[in-house]
Amino acid sequence: MVKTIAFILLRLIATLLAVTFLTFAMVALLPGDPVDTILGTGPRPPGIEEQIRADLHLDDPFLVRYVNWLGDAVTGDLGSSYITDQPVADTISQRLPVTAQLAFMSIFISVLVAIPVGVMGAYKQSKWQDSVSSAGVQVALSIPNFIFGIFLIWLFAVKLGWLPASNWNRLSDGVVPNLKTSILPAFALALGQMAVFSRLIRSDMISTLQENYILSARAKGLSDRYILFRHALRPSSLSLMTIIGISFGALLGGTVVIETLFAIPGLGFSLINAINGRDILLIQGITVFIAVMFVIINTVVDLLYAVLDPRIRRS
Amino acid sequence: MENEIRVGRVPARHEVEGEALLVVDDLRTSFAVAAGSVKAVDGVSFELYRGHTMGVVGESGSGKTVLSRSVMGLNTSANATTTGSVLYAGDQMIGKSSKEKKILWGAEMAMVFQDPMTSLNPVVTIGRQLTEHVRYHLDMGKKEANEVAVALLQSVHIPEAEKRLDNYPHQMSGGMRQRVCIAIALACGPRMLFADEPTTALDVTVQHQILNLLAEQQRDRAMAMILVTHDLGVVAGRTDDIMVMYAGKAVEKAPTGELFAHLRHPYTQGLLWSIPKVTQAKHTRLNAIPGRPPNLIDPPSGCKFAPRCAYAQDICRVEEPTLRSIDTPDHVFACHFPVGTPEGEEAFARNVASDYPPALAAVGKLRASEEVVG
Repeated sequence: MVKTIAFILLRLIATLLAVTFLTFAMVALLPGDPVDTILGTGPRPPGIEEQIRADLHLDDPFLVRYVNWLGDAVTGDLGSSYITDQPVADTISQRLPVTAQLAFMSIFISVLVAIPVGVMGAYKQSKWQDSVSSAGVQVALSIPNFIFGIFLIWLFAVKLGWLPASNWNRLSDGVVPNLKTSILPAFALALGQMAVFSRLIRSDMISTLQENYILSARAKGLSDRYILFRHALRPSSLSLMTIIGISFGALLGGTVVIETLFAIPGLGFSLINAINGRDILLIQGITVFIAVMFVIINTVVDLLYAVLDPRIRRS
Repeated sequence: MENEIRVGRVPARHEVEGEALLVVDDLRTSFAVAAGSVKAVDGVSFELYRGHTMGVVGESGSGKTVLSRSVMGLNTSANATTTGSVLYAGDQMIGKSSKEKKILWGAEMAMVFQDPMTSLNPVVTIGRQLTEHVRYHLDMGKKEANEVAVALLQSVHIPEAEKRLDNYPHQMSGGMRQRVCIAIALACGPRMLFADEPTTALDVTVQHQILNLLAEQQRDRAMAMILVTHDLGVVAGRTDDIMVMYAGKAVEKAPTGELFAHLRHPYTQGLLWSIPKVTQAKHTRLNAIPGRPPNLIDPPSGCKFAPRCAYAQDICRVEEPTLRSIDTPDHVFACHFPVGTPEGEEAFARNVASDYPPALAAVGKLRASEEVVG
């Protein structure tokens, strides 16, 4: 166990070094001068440009800046935004709960829909139920999530008037107001995922149903539903676990479009603003944070394999 | 300890005798494939009495596994068709919906499968696999079912039974797993047990134990049992009757003693010869039957065994023999030139004289087996 944890930590550190270095390098290569961004286009007092450069160590060589930043980051200081002067760590801690909640909800919705659909597709393989769900999956995959988001806004906010079209109520404002603003974007994000998840369960399930132990379960006279959900589902959900982990990580940084569409103050929203404004430290901070989350989530997925399959557990 | 466990009903002795539990008539199962229709079971009939054991013997591909699954009604692949009649305790199985069959499966009739390494679910505890159908069929609570499970594990001689309930299959050896599979099959007290090559995947030493266990349980519970195997040696001392299958058909059927005393079908003879003997010299060639089982999509006309048979004559390649008997009515076989009859001897001699390869091969085997005996 100690060895496993040490290995996980080592992998985490290596990944983070690579990620921070690469993002630092890429941001440095971006055209545009941060000083121009900070000062805007108005008249500049003489000498201020040089002062900013000195304050922010912009004239230091790339590697020196990277090492300095890394040293601060280890102590939890991710620097402050050039533009708003707000500490990057504060921005992240404000924005993260919003995006994490969206990601979690959309994964939850996807899995909730994908399991019955995928299991039925496998159980009724090549029958009409399977054809219908396959067609549904094709449609779901070919609709971009922001188009689906616009449709949801049109239907539930404009036509039916049940839910607000945009904005965000924090969880601290109450669960119901929060759900009212989060359910539509979560669904918009879930559409493509549920299609992928259900296909994955279906194909894994089809091969599981060929297993001898399924035949022996049938020979015991157990009901089909019991066999599907209590015998076949668990061995058929290992690749789903992997994809859930990856999707979760991807959602943390990839909800930009939906956050913009629904005017949600999430991490993606901040990231896109930071990129537009060349707010290097903010870009850096958010990227690193997402990378950390990604690695942590994948570690959790690795541990969950053992929950699903006792053969992976070490006694 | 072993005798304490009595799950479900066990028939009294008077119930056991004299009544056919299973009457199978002209059972046919075919699988539709791209190239045509595979007739895996092609018109098999037999009766099985309560408390009796029948051995079904044949090479791989002779249809014995499909036969036992067809009797149970367990062939559910979309391309399988089963016709004929299977009367279980007077109840017609063919045409029952799977919902109706599920009432019998596990409770009345149960199956032990060939490979214990794959027939237990790797992610489900032994305890749940032992109790889930007991709870379902016998409507038992969890605690009660667990007690039954422990008793069952003890009855199949698994040490530390209580601890095993929380184990997963991968924590047990192959022999242990097959014991668990047998316990699962026995759990609801079935009257009919199908054992489909239950020892093929096991070590030789373990095979013997498992066969003894099956025999012991079958006797104690007065179950009817169908023991499917490719090894005549396995069924020799453990069955009341034997049915030899070839290319989906029963080619010889007899009470076990009668079959070994007067085997009639050249295929049965071939199977018997192919059992290696300890007394044989080292590095003796195995006496395999030459050739392979026929293609079941487009089988040869006439007797399906003719191309591999040492006794085959021209008529065998044209006219398919039907089951008949000579002097003992319960010993039937499908052969024009049966072993141990004047016609058979004559046909064999003629084939040897004309250098017919299967006959020459048989001469060698005959000599070898005689040397061993002598």
